[in-house]
Amino acid sequence: MPISRPTDVTATLDALAASPDADLLAGGTDLVVEVNLDRRRPEHVIALRRVTELAGHDTTDGRLRLGANVTYSEVEHDLAQLVPGLAMAARTVGSPQIRNAGTLGGNLGTASPAGDTLPWLLAMDAEVELASPEGDRSVPLANFLTGPKSTARRPAELITGVRLPRVEGPQHVSKIGPRNAMVISVACFAIVLDTTNRRVRTGMGAVGPTVLRSPDAERAVTQALDWDALTCPEDAIDAFGRACAEATAPITDHRSSAEYRRHAVGVLARRALRRCLST
Amino acid sequence: MTGATESYELDVDGRALPVAAAWLGESLLYVLRERLGLPGAKNACEQGECGSCSIFLDDVLVNACCVLAADATDARIRTVEGFGDADHLSDVQAAFLGTGAVQCGFCTPGLILAVHDLLDQVPDPTGLEVREAISGNLCRCTGYGRILQAVEEVKATRSGASGPRGESP
Repeated sequence: MPISRPTDVTATLDALAASPDADLLAGGTDLVVEVNLDRRRPEHVIALRRVTELAGHDTTDGRLRLGANVTYSEVEHDLAQLVPGLAMAARTVGSPQIRNAGTLGGNLGTASPAGDTLPWLLAMDAEVELASPEGDRSVPLANFLTGPKSTARRPAELITGVRLPRVEGPQHVSKIGPRNAMVISVACFAIVLDTTNRRVRTGMGAVGPTVLRSPDAERAVTQALDWDALTCPEDAIDAFGRACAEATAPITDHRSSAEYRRHAVGVLARRALRRCLST
Repeated sequence: MTGATESYELDVDGRALPVAAAWLGESLLYVLRERLGLPGAKNACEQGECGSCSIFLDDVLVNACCVLAADATDARIRTVEGFGDADHLSDVQAAFLGTGAVQCGFCTPGLILAVHDLLDQVPDPTGLEVREAISGNLCRCTGYGRILQAVEEVKATRSGASGPRGESP
């Protein structure tokens, strides 16, 4: 059967076991475009939009789970209070039409270095939830993303969602591209000031083979911050931008030069940090 | 076309339309235009960039070029053909004509649906909300000025018909 339209995870895993090379279809904004451009000719598609367990979100014990089929529009409109940084990232994706279709599971599965949700998810130490006939497992995002468009997902596995801690404190996501809509990231920066654990968390997109963070920059700015007043000395903000830029490994391509990407992400880092501080 | 084929039925503008032995990789845009004779959704970029193929899938505005047709079974599809015809224009279609928001017309069907989507959800959008709502629909002729004017006109007419101001011209 060329297309499977399962309605639950068990049936999806059965279909995947029967055709390990099948293309998994979520919002279609990556897969169908590849087919349109004749970069891929599907022999078997497993369509995921009817799989009930992949929908919605829930919170338990201070942790949050977002289903793989949650769209950018749902994040932007319904989850802005719960995950403000992710909502900011979701708002930068494509157009309303793309945000209505594209999903978190798709962003994770495609694993583009420029994936718009990935920097914030990395900053949050998100874990990718995978189901398989052998059982479920969770993989930290940093280990899940193994290179440009490559992941640790095994052929029999299905991305069912993403898990993350609830973190208190200001957060911000910024992205650079030629215009505000319909833009693939030239550089992206996510920051979370975790005021409970007094720790700065960051993620950088489109400036390396996968999304990156700079542990050195995080450590230094964590120490420089006045966590009670939420202020930071100017020289420490500048040093933070420089340290973030130095931690990148960008390439030059048709969207940007490596030099511009490195420069831009440093600017974004300073700007995003300032937006999280008290004025 | 060689490769895997699939037969299915699509619910388009309230009609159940059979699609027989279509190649698995066909987009909904291709099936609407080339198999079902519904050319309202336009084919330009085929990569979700231009919005000229905007349609509603279960009341959600999406690009038909990014929908796999064989996955659109058991979904309610609405195209611009379902919104009006020459004798019965929707208020958005009439406003586009009245303000001169149409030049070559290629982007118009997608824009009509994007504006319907916006005004049906947000009756009184701000200027920024309007711009954001049509940010995925590229128009290379009009410069958008008259499109924005058409949106304002529909807004005014709709609020005049039902809002507190209560008087339509």
